[in-house]
Amino acid sequence: MTFALETKELTIRFGGHTAVDAVSCGFAPGSLTAIVGPNGAGKTTYFNLISGQLKATAGRVLLHGEDISGSSAAQRSHRGIGRAFQLTNLFPNLSVLENIRLAVQSRAGLGLNLWSIWNSHRELIGRAEEVLETVALTAKRDMAAAALPHGDQRKLEVGILMALEPDVFMFDEPTAGMSVDEVPVILDLIRALKARRDKTILLVEHKMDVVRELADRIIVLHNGALVADGDPASVIASPIVQEAYLGVEVAK
Amino acid sequence: MILHRLFSGDFPRSRVLLVMLLAIVAGLVLTPFIFPGAKALNVAAKACIFIVLVASFDLLLGYTGIVSFAHTMFFGIGAYGVAIALSHFGPTWAGVAAGVAAALAVSLVLSLVIGLFSLRVKALFYAMITLAVATAFQTLASQLSELTGGEDGLTFKVPELLSPGFSLSEHPFLGVSLDGRLISFYLLIAATVVLFLLMLRIVNSPFGRVLQAIRENEFRAEALGYRTVVYRTLSNVLSAAFATLAGALLALWLRYNGPDTSLSFEIMIDILLMVVIGGMGTLYGSVLGATLFILVQNYLQDLMKFASEGLGKVPLLRDLVHPDRWLLWLGILFVLSVYRFPTGIVGKLRTAARKS
Repeated sequence: MTFALETKELTIRFGGHTAVDAVSCGFAPGSLTAIVGPNGAGKTTYFNLISGQLKATAGRVLLHGEDISGSSAAQRSHRGIGRAFQLTNLFPNLSVLENIRLAVQSRAGLGLNLWSIWNSHRELIGRAEEVLETVALTAKRDMAAAALPHGDQRKLEVGILMALEPDVFMFDEPTAGMSVDEVPVILDLIRALKARRDKTILLVEHKMDVVRELADRIIVLHNGALVADGDPASVIASPIVQEAYLGVEVAK
Repeated sequence: MILHRLFSGDFPRSRVLLVMLLAIVAGLVLTPFIFPGAKALNVAAKACIFIVLVASFDLLLGYTGIVSFAHTMFFGIGAYGVAIALSHFGPTWAGVAAGVAAALAVSLVLSLVIGLFSLRVKALFYAMITLAVATAFQTLASQLSELTGGEDGLTFKVPELLSPGFSLSEHPFLGVSLDGRLISFYLLIAATVVLFLLMLRIVNSPFGRVLQAIRENEFRAEALGYRTVVYRTLSNVLSAAFATLAGALLALWLRYNGPDTSLSFEIMIDILLMVVIGGMGTLYGSVLGATLFILVQNYLQDLMKFASEGLGKVPLLRDLVHPDRWLLWLGILFVLSVYRFPTGIVGKLRTAARKS
């Protein structure tokens, strides 16, 4: 079987510090893998190496078996790797709808069209409106992204990822900082994506109950290295996780 | 519907702004008939040229968020292209075409090179690079005196249709003689309208929307799949091309070009002020910014002379409004306008319109 996404010995060093240390891992098509580990374990850096924001010191990234290690972030996005960021990363002074529409437009490959009027492409706006509906932001479509409350910004961040319709969805703590009543919107979206069984999902998440419920598999990063890998129940029960990760949580 | 297509769906969106724009357009178009004299015509022509120039700079600064100090270089290339071609080949339309084409080619290459620089360097360093290139170009232009006329510049004849000696009719129309100057003026107005609407279309195209996304968050735009280097470079090239055309219009209007007319750093500062006063990233701001600035630049001294004489012997006050102090007052006006309207006149008016 070809993995939807695979990393081979993926490594990045910043000076003497190895942030991601020879991580080899394959992600099966249609699976949902949770990536856990304490703060500073290298989860977000690992994501950055996969989506191309950082270039690896060594190792390779394969998408559907093809080596994409040399591709830029923009090229990887076009090839089907979509990413929602941990720290909300929006176009602050553009409207909520425009934030989504830009993602739809990128997917439609219309960016270099200089001679048509943007809003003559009704289908892009229509698609953006559909996505807005799924992240429950329709009522705020004309607000500037910067004016949204934090929870809504997180929803918009996820909405942008949805609009890109990638093959591989990467969520980096999608519910971080959200109020309790907002979390279900995002989790329902991820559940619905998972139910489709044609999208591969990577999820960094700290909430163990969420991970236990959603994930088919958990991998654990610690000091940049892959230290545990398996089905949720056995990984959570393993001593190394109890010590390296949950121990920290319990101690809090 | 036609209006929608013409203005690319991007209307002034403020009644006050609409009225101001209509007044400016009417004032410029009717200048030969309502403001007699060569000075008024020259001021109106200069306003038109600067509207195009400032709008092209806004494409880069206001829409893409790129700070460049090389904009007058492209303005100068356009002006020198026409000046050199017409002084070498004589006053023919083929000469004009050759000059404009050569200037556009030079601008294309230079803007491409400078644009690709933005691939690797930070914004501040990029601004420094553009400053260095522009200064080098200015020096080059005054050194290559065989080609450019050096510090003296080049005086040349324009095609007969545009020259002052040409007359369409012996009888004046509404008291205005139908000579080559008048024809030049209306061709200039037509060129301004076409170029402005063209830029309005570009900033409202899917491409223009990506430029704004890059201005807002380049990292995110790249993550969405937009190759920002391509967009930034293209924005550079387009902005340079429009500035070059503005330069060509300037040379054709003045029938002269020299380093101080089109290349000086003072002009660069002026454009920067015009964009900021009008409102960055609005394009309509260029119409207001350029027209107001040119008006003040040309008539503030006259106004002050009038006031100074009116004040007669009042000691301190008379000296304060002495025409020689006009730059001081221009400076004060600028500081006040930036302080009062940080988003420019257009930004302020649109915010007010949205609230009401």
